[in-house]
Amino acid sequence: MAHDTTVPTSGHDEHHHESPVVFGFWVYLMTDCIIFGSLFAAFAVLRNQFNGGPSGHELFELSGLGLETALLLVSSITYGFGMIAAHKNEISKVIMWLGVTFLLGLGFVGLEVNEFAHMIHEGAGPDRSAFLSAFFTLVSTHGLHVTCGLIWIVTLIVQLMGTTEIPERMMNKLTCLSLFWHFLDIVWICVFTYVYLASMI
Amino acid sequence: MSDLHTTSSGESHGSVSSYIIGFVLAVILTVLAFAVVATHSLSPSGTVLAISALALVQVLVHLHYFLHMGGGSEQRWNNICFVFTVGFVAIFIIGTLFIMNNTALHMMSR
Repeated sequence: MAHDTTVPTSGHDEHHHESPVVFGFWVYLMTDCIIFGSLFAAFAVLRNQFNGGPSGHELFELSGLGLETALLLVSSITYGFGMIAAHKNEISKVIMWLGVTFLLGLGFVGLEVNEFAHMIHEGAGPDRSAFLSAFFTLVSTHGLHVTCGLIWIVTLIVQLMGTTEIPERMMNKLTCLSLFWHFLDIVWICVFTYVYLASMI
Repeated sequence: MSDLHTTSSGESHGSVSSYIIGFVLAVILTVLAFAVVATHSLSPSGTVLAISALALVQVLVHLHYFLHMGGGSEQRWNNICFVFTVGFVAIFIIGTLFIMNNTALHMMSR
C-alpha cells in the first residue's frame, strides 16, 4: 500500500523483524484502547446531563484546543524523526528529537492542567454535573497517559546518554514508546472531535 | 512471501518523507475539522457527520503513517488484535448508547 512512499532508511535489517516485546506492547495498547472506549461510551451517555451547570459550549474555547492539538500533532512527527535517527544509530540526534518531543508534550500537559484549574476555579469541576464528571475522567485519563509518556521519554534520554550504539533491547524500548506516543495522538483525535468540537456546534 | 518481507522492511521504520506526508495530511484534516465547527457552515447534524468522517480519516492516516500498520504477513497478529479491539469497542459504545437511550425512553413514558 505504501511501498512507493518508503525508501529503506538504513541497512539495519536486524531490526525490522518485530520482536515479541513490541507485539506484547501492542496487545497492551489494545487493552488501553478498550479503557478509552468505555470512557468514551460513558461520556457519550452523560454528555447532555448538565444538571443546570455549564455546557461544553460555554466552557470550551477553540483557540486553546487548537494549540493543544497542534502541540501533540507536532510532537508525533518529532518523535518519528527521533525513530529515524535511532535506526541510523545517530544517538545525539535521537536525544535531541526526544527532548523536543518532551517539551511539546510538557506544553500540552501544562495547557491541559491550566485549563482544568481554570474550569475548577469557575465552579465547573468534576463534581458539578455528570457531564463534567465524564469530561474530567476521560480527558484527564488521556492527560495521565501523556504524563507517563513524558516520564518514559526522560528515562530513555537518560539511558541513551553516554552510549555509542543502540542495542536491540534499546531499540525495542524506543519502538514501544513510539507506538504509545502515536496511540495517544489517535486518542486525542477522538477527544477533540467528540468531546470538544461536538460540544461546540 | 520473501518479497513481502523485503518490501515491508522500509515500511516498518518509516522514512522522513512518509512522516512528513502523514503530518501534512493530519494537519489538513485537523484544520478542516476546526474550520467546519468555527464557521458554522453546515447544519448541526451535518457538522457532526463531517467531523466524524474527518476524524475517521485522520485516525487511518495516523495508523498508516505513524504506527506503520500494513498488510504485511509479519504484522498479521497485530492486525488480528486490532480488528478484535475495534469490533469490541464498537459493540461496547453502540450497545451502551442503545441501551441507555432505550432506558431513558422507558423512564420517560412512566
